[in-house]
Amino acid sequence: MIEQTNNPVGKSVPRVDAFDKVTGAAKYVDDMQFGPGLYYGKFVHSPYAHALIKGVDVSKALALPGVKAVVTGADTPGRIGLYMKDRYIYARDRVRYVGEPVAGVVAITEELAEEAVKLVVVEYEELEPVFDPYEAVQPGAPLIHPDMAEYKWPNFIFPEPGTNISEHFKLRKGDVEAAWPKCAVIVEQTFRLPHIQHVPLETHVAIARWDQTGEVTLWSPSQSPFSQRDLLAQSLDISHGDMRVISPYVGGGFGGKAGISIEANVVVMARAVKGHPVKVRMTREEEFTCTNVRQSLNAHTKIGCDAEGHVLAMETRYYFGGGAANDYGVNIARASGYSCTGPYPIPNVKGDSYCVYTNTPIGSAMRGFGMPEIHWGIEQIMDRLAEEIGMDPAEFRRINCVKTGDTILTGMKMPAVDLVACIDKATEAIGWDKEKKASAPHKRRGQGLAIMWKAPAMPPNPGSSAIVRFNEDATLNVYVGAQELGQGAFTVAAQMAAQALGIPYEWVRVSANPVDTKYSPYEWQTVASRITWSMGNAVKAAALNARRQILEIVAQYWDEDLENLDIKNGIVISYKSEREQPLKNMVVYGLPNDNFEGWQGGPIVGAGKFMPTYVTNLDSETGQGARAVVHYTVGAQAVDLEVDIETGQVDILKIASAYDVGKAINPDLVLTQIEGGAVHGMSSAFEGMFFDEQGRLRNPSLVDYKIATAMDAPREIHGDIVETPLEDGPWGARGVGEHVMVQTAPAIANALHDALGVRFNDLPLSSEKIYLALREREAGGE
Amino acid sequence: MLHEITFTVNGDPYTLAVRSEHTLLKVLREKLGLTGTKIGCENGECGACTVLLDGEPVNSCLILAVEAAGHKIETVEGMSIGGELHPLQKAFIKHNAVQCGFCTPGMLLSAQSLLARNPKPTELEVREALAGNLCRCTGYVRIVDAVLDVSQEVE
Ligand code: FES
Ligand code: FES
Repeated sequence: MIEQTNNPVGKSVPRVDAFDKVTGAAKYVDDMQFGPGLYYGKFVHSPYAHALIKGVDVSKALALPGVKAVVTGADTPGRIGLYMKDRYIYARDRVRYVGEPVAGVVAITEELAEEAVKLVVVEYEELEPVFDPYEAVQPGAPLIHPDMAEYKWPNFIFPEPGTNISEHFKLRKGDVEAAWPKCAVIVEQTFRLPHIQHVPLETHVAIARWDQTGEVTLWSPSQSPFSQRDLLAQSLDISHGDMRVISPYVGGGFGGKAGISIEANVVVMARAVKGHPVKVRMTREEEFTCTNVRQSLNAHTKIGCDAEGHVLAMETRYYFGGGAANDYGVNIARASGYSCTGPYPIPNVKGDSYCVYTNTPIGSAMRGFGMPEIHWGIEQIMDRLAEEIGMDPAEFRRINCVKTGDTILTGMKMPAVDLVACIDKATEAIGWDKEKKASAPHKRRGQGLAIMWKAPAMPPNPGSSAIVRFNEDATLNVYVGAQELGQGAFTVAAQMAAQALGIPYEWVRVSANPVDTKYSPYEWQTVASRITWSMGNAVKAAALNARRQILEIVAQYWDEDLENLDIKNGIVISYKSEREQPLKNMVVYGLPNDNFEGWQGGPIVGAGKFMPTYVTNLDSETGQGARAVVHYTVGAQAVDLEVDIETGQVDILKIASAYDVGKAINPDLVLTQIEGGAVHGMSSAFEGMFFDEQGRLRNPSLVDYKIATAMDAPREIHGDIVETPLEDGPWGARGVGEHVMVQTAPAIANALHDALGVRFNDLPLSSEKIYLALREREAGGE
Repeated sequence: MLHEITFTVNGDPYTLAVRSEHTLLKVLREKLGLTGTKIGCENGECGACTVLLDGEPVNSCLILAVEAAGHKIETVEGMSIGGELHPLQKAFIKHNAVQCGFCTPGMLLSAQSLLARNPKPTELEVREALAGNLCRCTGYVRIVDAVLDVSQEVE
């Protein structure tokens, strides 16, 4: 007999998607079969970082037998973009980064499409590029979007047309000038982070078909099928009802498959060859140069504390290198503005966060959404302050970190969290107070700690919906529009539906693969670590809705009060009469009246929705407002490492993390997020995209852009879960998918300082950089 | 140019006409519909396309289909023939060693080949054997645990 798990919330039940994935049966977009009618598309990429397009001649390419169409900017007059509508699907008058699609070729084979790409002649007039966001905001910097004033953006974004600034978020709280003299110690530093890439194992791929009937279908591995539908419908003037996005399993997202990147380009190709599906798959090189990246950051940050270690003031300017289009990036800068202090309720704050156009690939969401970038500097300064006043850095953080009910920088009251418990658990797991010996005379051992916070960064009203539907044998299909990226969304959906209905976990089937905007209930996007919370609330509502329908039928059937009835282990029970009614059959066929004189009930279908309704706008001059965000998730990470001082080689021995997830719906899945995130965070500290003076990427391969392998990952990754329930979370749950990598890099930097006495303000770290810093210090005679 | 090749895939003999420039990866996926073998780079850098050639793990993106003539190929689809999961597949499920799943087929085959030649590997040996299979999701911990779990069972 199959085991039955009743009350599955809080239990580490197996993943619903694992079987498909270990057998190779799981289908990803590239695995879908379209038969011989399938055409292939390839892009013509810009070779220049910044240039005017003087002419595009596609005639030679079109003349090649087997080439079906060539599309260019002339075919795509409308601008597209998630928050800031600031780009053309194919470049029109100018190109803004090396790799930008200028034209798209459609042919009967991939090889022919590649050949035809070489026959497209584009005439350019080169312009001066700018790559560094700080340089791009200086007077006289080349203007990347001269037409910015014409663009459309939502009312919570504040671009400055006539400059390269696409967003300027201002935070003003208290009086920093008056606070500096009260500080015993002030640390002011500049930190730089390079562009990095998500590097999902599955590169971007999209298949589109534009039917003669007008229905348009896009198959894409997407974190945002519904947002993609919305953007495509708006930009290409298609009814939402005719635009269909189908998204099967996603082979790694990390934010890179949120919003839109190549998908619109493929839809435009399909429009040119109606009736034929067209497929474009990014090569690994194109994945690096022509899809989304994490923005670079220049941060100038000054923080001061008094002699007892109380942080009194902070002044910071964040310049995000948002790339050639900032459609998503503007909101990363905004989020980094309203969270600019990190997890500290500092009384006096002056923060300016800018998203800046640069001639680099398009910056977009990446796991952490601005938080890994800003915590890199904040968490190192906090360590320096603690050191200067002679306080243990863990104690310094316990004193200063945000606590329940604190008034945070935007004026909002901090919802319940327990960051101190996270610090306690992470430091205990790493053995914070214990002296650790290096394994060899030429090695140095060090420990570092960093803490974090992050709120889901979204528009104020992103919605979720869900449907549950019973089958004859009381198995239940759960429909959600949330995406399974590997984080376990489908599994927790099944757990929550079972729990709310009172049926075993094993009775639930998740009908969400693929997510299909034609059949799936609406979900804004699978981003921002919002799914367990937001989708979870919708699933719970749908299940409770179905539960009520069932109880009403049975209450009438038994002539009892609804209040006395419950569903337990798949059986309706009465606490009063102690009668029992199995769900089997009745959830579809209903129940007969006495002597079968008529029937009651009918097929049970429950629907539910959730949307936060309480988020307020923030004042454009001060960033103050009643409720900036829905909530924050907080956590602490501690790192134990060893450095070879003869080579600069770092060996991360252990990472210990603790996060306050509100309620772990599936504790083991939370731990797998914590583990994977720790290694992702560690890897990110050693990653960087390197551009030459012409803006060409020097390392667009997995050999030159290295991500952590099984040999690099620490042997020991420890995770702890803290559970301070979230008021409006399902069973108290809040998200944790991104948080797990936010502060790994600064925790490593703090551990390096502990080991070597050397600080690194700029990422990426490398053995070479560490080795040179040690040599430099020797030369300096320290 | 087209070549006729005969090879064994997951125990079954196939004779196919393949183009000289097509890789084993492309032929497995497009001619035989064995899409469990994934494309991550087509450059020998990620391991997503790992299959076994006469029991040895190879990057099928670097091998021409014609080179596979006369050899025995195993893909992830061959691990659970008859519906019974391979012990490694069970262990991957049990240890939650799967997230997005894109690296999983390649990981499983690299691990299977390791255990075939070294039934009781150390943790370091497991990590070394999997070093060519990139995973961006799991941090490798559970994957290593799963392989070690099976290696202990092999006793
Ligand atoms: S696809 Fe073959 S190694 Fe990456
Ligand atoms: S599970 Fe996603 S790459 Fe390994």
